[in-house]
Amino acid sequence: MSDIAERVKKIVIEHLGVEEDKVTENASFIEDLGADSLDTVELVMAFEEEFGCEIPDDAAEKIQTVKDAIDFISKAS
Amino acid sequence: MRRVVVTGLGLVTPLGTGVEGAWKNLIEGRSGAGPITRFDASALPARIACEVRRKDEDPELGFDGDVAMSPRDQRRVDDFIRYGMVAAKQAIDDAGWAPEDEESLCRTGVMIGSGIGGLSGISDAAVEFKEKGLRRLSPFFIPGRLINLISGYVSIAHGFKGPNHAVVTACSTGAHAIGDAARLIALDDADVMVAGGAEAAVCELGVAGFCSAKALSTQYNDSPEKASRPWDKGRDGFVLGEGAGIVILEELEHAKRRGAPIYAEIVGYGLSGDAYHITAPSEDGDGAYRAMQAALKRAGIPLSEIGYVNAHGTSTPRGDVIELKAVKRLFGADAANLSMSSTKSAIGHLLGAAGSVEAIFSILAMRDNILPPTLNLDDPDDDCEGIDLVPHQARERKVDAVLSNSFGFGGTNASLVFRRYN
Repeated sequence: MSDIAERVKKIVIEHLGVEEDKVTENASFIEDLGADSLDTVELVMAFEEEFGCEIPDDAAEKIQTVKDAIDFISKAS
Repeated sequence: MRRVVVTGLGLVTPLGTGVEGAWKNLIEGRSGAGPITRFDASALPARIACEVRRKDEDPELGFDGDVAMSPRDQRRVDDFIRYGMVAAKQAIDDAGWAPEDEESLCRTGVMIGSGIGGLSGISDAAVEFKEKGLRRLSPFFIPGRLINLISGYVSIAHGFKGPNHAVVTACSTGAHAIGDAARLIALDDADVMVAGGAEAAVCELGVAGFCSAKALSTQYNDSPEKASRPWDKGRDGFVLGEGAGIVILEELEHAKRRGAPIYAEIVGYGLSGDAYHITAPSEDGDGAYRAMQAALKRAGIPLSEIGYVNAHGTSTPRGDVIELKAVKRLFGADAANLSMSSTKSAIGHLLGAAGSVEAIFSILAMRDNILPPTLNLDDPDDDCEGIDLVPHQARERKVDAVLSNSFGFGGTNASLVFRRYN
């Protein structure tokens, strides 16, 4: 679990160019981390690449916070 | 019509990033050509190019995108946008134009073009899409490759809300952008314009495409610095370059009111079409002749006042001489008092950035009264007699007006005339 969380946070920091301390589990990509709709598409692609999983579009739409991403990937893997 | 002056310059070139460093290298007669490092070119007939060196290769004059864009934005766009953004920032800083009031922001526009745009990114994405499908195609694929996205990014970064436009006229792009942007100011659509061109086509598909069109030099792979040799009998095609040239154009009274530095006044702009062939210039040079003629007519100055011509001069067997003949035909007896050089001998052919980079070199020649040389002009073509082509070494000469030519595939021609502002 913690390994997945760390890897998710690392991807978020890299792709959104945000400070590490802002990437809390409850942080919303759009509300708190300055992402737009294109950023979230790219983030989901990066998660798929990193974890070798497929995130369907309807599931991707529900991934709005760091915790949403960690939970989905934990379940999928 | 309102008068328009140049108040800021920005350069990203194979001779360095930054105006003064690149200009110094040009005047010292250095060449930006070398073996291609961006990809393995060993299977191609042309294996040399004039690449923009990075900060880690050249700490003093290397390119660093971080000065103008966040790492996050840079990752999403092709090099031509990064080059354009950095050159635009240099020019904006040079002009000292950082307005905050809404009126000034709405009166400042951007017109930056490119000949080809994001070819490298399109090429890479096409291969990845073919192999892995939609799920691996970045949402930034389209906006990171579009030609007008330099103008878009510049406007977003600096808040400029005036006319937002982009020129695409192959190798005339940079000159057309400056000329058209100046007209927007002259016609009162804007007070300040950020204008020019950027290009980054030194990628596998780009070089291969020009190879296929038989446009590139292929006989000097072992001596890259000798390959670009406009008007020399040994010329065999152009050397592909990359980079960006951006100027700040400003309405004269606006510039004077705020005490901006004035490099030159843009007094002439002429355009024409060859209506002849997609890649070859018209044999009689009529398109080039009419573009120059129109620019000089608009300038309203005698031919004898033009002291320097920055030629299109790409180092192709046919084009160089056709342009030379058109210049001789237009200037007549005054050609004997003219100096003309091709800075492509040093930086290669920057395609959509060529016209604006060369306009900047022309302006600097006038500022410093020193003419950049035509490198490698060892054995001039027979048609070169009667005109000074500034071979090998830069030359001091007082000049008060300069002409810069650009001609592009499709038969599109543009000439710019700049005059010293007193």
